Amino acid sequence: MIEGARELGPVEIEDLAAGAWILGAGGGGNPYHSLLNLRAETARGFRPVVVSAESLADDDLVAVVSTMGAPLVGEERLPDPGVAARPVQVLAERLGRPFAAVMSLEIGGSNSLQSFQVAARTGLPVVDADCMGRAFPEAQMTTFAIANLRNYPFCLADVRDNVVIVERAASWQWQERLGRVAVTEVGSIAATAKAPRTGREIKDHAILGSVSRAIRIGAALREARERGEDPVEAVLNSEGGLVLFSGKVSDMQRRTTRGFLRGMATIAGLGEDRGSTMELHFQNEFAVAFRDGEPAGMTPDILTVVDSATGEALGTEVIAYGQRVRVIALDAPAALKTEPALALVGPRAFGFDLDFRPLFA
Amino acid sequence: MTEARFPHRVGVDVGGTHTDAVLMRGGRVLAEVKARTTEDVTSGVVAALHGVLGGGAEVRNIARVVIGTTHFTNAVLTGTGLERVAAVRVGLPASASLPPFCDWPDRLAGIVRGPVFMVEGGHECDGRPIVPLDEAAVAAAGREIRKAGIREIGLSAVFAPLDGSAEARAAEILRDVHPEASITESRKLGRIGLLGRESAGLLNAALRPLAARVTAAFADAASASGADAPLFIARNDGTIASAAAAAEYPVLSLSSGPTNSMTGAAFLSGASEGVVVDVGGTTTDVGYLRAGFPREAPREVEIGGVRTLFRMPDLLSIALGGGSLVSEGGDRVGPQSIGFRLAEEGLVFGGVVLTATDCGVAAGWASIGDSSRVRGLSRQVVGRFAETVREQIAEAVDRMKPDARECPLLAVGGGAFLVPSRLEGISETVTVPHAGVANAVGAAIARIGGEVDKVFHDVGRDEAFRLAQAEAEARAVSAGADPRGVEMVEREDLPLAYLPGDARRVRVRVVGEAG
Repeated sequence: MIEGARELGPVEIEDLAAGAWILGAGGGGNPYHSLLNLRAETARGFRPVVVSAESLADDDLVAVVSTMGAPLVGEERLPDPGVAARPVQVLAERLGRPFAAVMSLEIGGSNSLQSFQVAARTGLPVVDADCMGRAFPEAQMTTFAIANLRNYPFCLADVRDNVVIVERAASWQWQERLGRVAVTEVGSIAATAKAPRTGREIKDHAILGSVSRAIRIGAALREARERGEDPVEAVLNSEGGLVLFSGKVSDMQRRTTRGFLRGMATIAGLGEDRGSTMELHFQNEFAVAFRDGEPAGMTPDILTVVDSATGEALGTEVIAYGQRVRVIALDAPAALKTEPALALVGPRAFGFDLDFRPLFA
Repeated sequence: MTEARFPHRVGVDVGGTHTDAVLMRGGRVLAEVKARTTEDVTSGVVAALHGVLGGGAEVRNIARVVIGTTHFTNAVLTGTGLERVAAVRVGLPASASLPPFCDWPDRLAGIVRGPVFMVEGGHECDGRPIVPLDEAAVAAAGREIRKAGIREIGLSAVFAPLDGSAEARAAEILRDVHPEASITESRKLGRIGLLGRESAGLLNAALRPLAARVTAAFADAASASGADAPLFIARNDGTIASAAAAAEYPVLSLSSGPTNSMTGAAFLSGASEGVVVDVGGTTTDVGYLRAGFPREAPREVEIGGVRTLFRMPDLLSIALGGGSLVSEGGDRVGPQSIGFRLAEEGLVFGGVVLTATDCGVAAGWASIGDSSRVRGLSRQVVGRFAETVREQIAEAVDRMKPDARECPLLAVGGGAFLVPSRLEGISETVTVPHAGVANAVGAAIARIGGEVDKVFHDVGRDEAFRLAQAEAEARAVSAGADPRGVEMVEREDLPLAYLPGDARRVRVRVVGEAG
């Protein structure tokens, strides 16, 4: 095996899925179905190889993959490694060059496993990186968009033999708009490969080590449970995270607008936080937390709500009145905290007139 | 109506340890009996029926006998009595990598999984076909299933709850080539969520032969006790179905025990809305009643390790009951329990184990057994015990409330005295009369139901409600209801903003009396 490469076993795949769910910041979609696919693949002997970005040659081509579509549709039209691999194969033909590796668009939620499903069919190694470092609601909220890298060609495939290549798009927003139209037409779910990246671009602009981070978080959860220890504490120790608040969900408001799940969870403090209230606003993912009316944490820092007892992450679509929860914060990658990055992924991008105040120095 | 001529109703609940029966007239409990559940089950049912009927004159006045049973749950949990099932899924080229049974635990899959077929067809979320249904492939699958000697088929189709035509057509073809087969169609059980809906259908198919045997045995038991009245089986949603209809859909009766406790508690206390806390020997089940029926679980429910998505009551079980072990200091109650051995091993019964019941007696909440045997417990220990129990119950109650508004709490079960009389967010705690047989009462008072939960497209809200109600009524009638007396008791809709077009999930429930 080449330098900087390692093979993942079945336990690490489970850890990856659990950690990715935490990094989803309440969104990103539950990785359950994708995990089922990977369990089946590993049972057949598939051992994914993860490589560091540093091990890539500067002119290597890397495929950036995700599933695009409506979450509800994904409950009937389930993820499929064969379909996930299609746009990568087509794009390679179109470019006339093979890809050297594959990488997930986002490490948060189910898309974290997309690259591994592609790897199962193509044999490509998976890069230990992504371009969100968490989950975000919009496809242009990436470090590649922040760096203003080229946004085309973009390829999308469905379960039949429909493949669409967007040769050029005037901006990341245009790419998203054109992609949306095609996705809706093929049944509101499709596998995509975004603009290919060079090894150099990955090294300079991707968020490095995010696959390892997700595995580390999942392992911390699992090991703490096995030892009968507090799984939330274990994650915080492993990642240098913070508990922002402990309490019970006292109100939950949700509405779906323009394809986003928006709303607010209100949490009444318990224990040390008794007497205080936290309001957590979300747009698919948690965006800003207010403690007694004062901002207490905000995007791009990773805000996640976990079950107090089990440490399991709770998605914005399943949080319900009465749940005992802890709101935790994990440090966002530095690449998301620069001025140009904050314009795309900071609180103002989510409609909050606030300057980003980092929780982690 | 039968109700006027035959005013008596009999309800029976077959649990793991006890078989309870009640004889009711109107809202009154005329007789109640707790018998031991027997190995063969039927003789326990006969004993319980004899207990409440006593061979007396009421036998002729009985409008119906309703039985709720844990048979089907036990069959799934133990893997006994289950049939091998063939799976047919319509949906290729979609969802190809995750075939039917793919997320079942090995043990159950080993027992139930028969041949699996996936064929082209199914629908998109906007109602267009994914690809045309491959009718020849469906027919070929049916012939192979027949050749393999398998008679139970679980059929599913992608987005069948939204457009059932592919699934219905496939069922027609399968019946044509395999006339002896019985086919469970996924859309009749569950909602959007392919694997969970399909697994519910496969479990149903696996349970059907057992259900036919069990309902036949119940019918024999009823006639043996002299009750010459129609037999009904209790369902998960607080309604009942004729024995024949119940035998077709046994999964709809999987969780009738906890449901009957809840509906029985509501009936006995006159409440129709609130949290129900059912404290048993080892566990406490907490649910929520709305309009007299248990709230439905919003997501997948695991049964014997199988993730299913269909109409199950939303229940939270915590490891706290009358037999729960209490730590020396009183600060830990459960999860270990001595369960039904409480009557021999608990302190107040002359044993040496400190249980929740003993502490409850020491606290003066109940007078059970010999209270002098717990006089030695320190006030501190009893105080800490009370605080621990209160915290556990308060959290479970809070989790099951739909929101922060105050609501009543109904306490049932042998350990109901453990429920604090005052809890934050609870308007009043009602201790239910006849609480020990609330489950049998719930069976006795239940009506025949029909429910529809599906997605409608581009028809408008009113039309969607009208279509759903007509379908629910047809289901109630086929379950044995008199078409003249069917009324709607619940309806709600949820716009599905993620889907294109005017899509809404509509849920309608109707109930009626036996025809």
